[in-house]
Amino acid sequence: MQLTCTIVCGVAVLFLAAPCRAGEGPFFVTYTHQMEEPGNLEFTTKNAAGSPAGGNPFLASAAEFEYGMTGWWTSELYLDGQGTASEAALFTGYRWENRFRLLWREHWINPVLYVEFENINGADKTLLEVVGHDGVADLTAPAGQARLDKQREIETKLILGSYYKGWTIAENIIAEKNLAHAPFEFGYAVGVSRPLAAAAGPERCNFCRENFQAGVEMYGGLGTRDGFGLQDTSHYVAPTVSWTLANGTALSLSPGFGLTATSARFLLRFGISYEVAQFGRAVRGWFRGGHS
Amino acid sequence: MKLGALLVAAGLAAAAWTGESDLLSRVPQASAAQPNPLENNREAERAGAKLFARECAACHGPDREGRGKAPRLDCSAVHQAAPGKLFWILRNGSLGYGMPSFAHLPETERWQIVTFLRSPAAPHPGASGPGR
Repeated sequence: MQLTCTIVCGVAVLFLAAPCRAGEGPFFVTYTHQMEEPGNLEFTTKNAAGSPAGGNPFLASAAEFEYGMTGWWTSELYLDGQGTASEAALFTGYRWENRFRLLWREHWINPVLYVEFENINGADKTLLEVVGHDGVADLTAPAGQARLDKQREIETKLILGSYYKGWTIAENIIAEKNLAHAPFEFGYAVGVSRPLAAAAGPERCNFCRENFQAGVEMYGGLGTRDGFGLQDTSHYVAPTVSWTLANGTALSLSPGFGLTATSARFLLRFGISYEVAQFGRAVRGWFRGGHS
Repeated sequence: MKLGALLVAAGLAAAAWTGESDLLSRVPQASAAQPNPLENNREAERAGAKLFARECAACHGPDREGRGKAPRLDCSAVHQAAPGKLFWILRNGSLGYGMPSFAHLPETERWQIVTFLRSPAAPHPGASGPGR
């Protein structure tokens, strides 16, 4: 009973607290140096659909809860799952990531350190990053077998971000280590984007150009410590677009195209974000029994 | 010797921390002198009000009255602040004090917010008309 009450109250806080603009650009894989505002909670779903050659069509989904701990520290929890045609739908694990902004002022290039612990299994198809020799073969293995492959990994990224004349430019360098075995795996992601209008209009609107962002991202693997390079690695290029509604909800869409023989030929990503402003304050107020 | 170094470091850290609370005085002069290209532009002020409601009101309050650690912005110190100072604060934030950077907003939008912040009798966000 108490648990039910807690859940109901938690959901109420989520929807009664003030919404604000969600989304941090149109990217699905590439991170920028933008941090979550302190106290805000952003809920995002990142979905990837594909039909790899030699495998069944799938839809993978990651539910992301991003919270601004401070102005320089953002923490996120991901819950991953997937469904594959003719196979079972299953939960594939969780990720806990933290991002730390290293410089406290805005510079030409702004570094952010990203550290993530993943506890997922081999059936995970969310493709939130591509590292090492990840390839289409990972997407075609039967889920029942792949789920037995436990992947407890530490992933680090150096995120470099810049804003230049309305453009957002981001580069991510990725190093991932399976804690049980296997050497370091490396990868990259880069992206550029910009809003379709640089100035806001005076009216609240859904369809005005300022609410749309467009860009392109490219990501892929760079081999492992024992075999660094581009051989047998997959790479993708993906135009992206996002649309933020007047109420702050953001929708994103990105068709991705594989560039090498080991890549999936096509991936369709789509997502939705909703940000709750000052969620932390609302929760504290609720626990104190007063108004936030 | 070690204790002395520790005290000096603690003093510097404390000075830096307290300095964050008086951000306006910490803005570099070159940045403070930057003029607002949208000064006295009524449309920019209304757009700034809309942006303020979306980006800033959750912390600073819908009427700029301030909440918790987020200071009041509807005051003479802000109305009379050099536009370049407000623009610099929006760009850099004050991470130690909990204010994030808003550099991700296009430059024109940041100037629109500055135009709004410097207006004492600001139009209330959302009063400009229904959504499209």
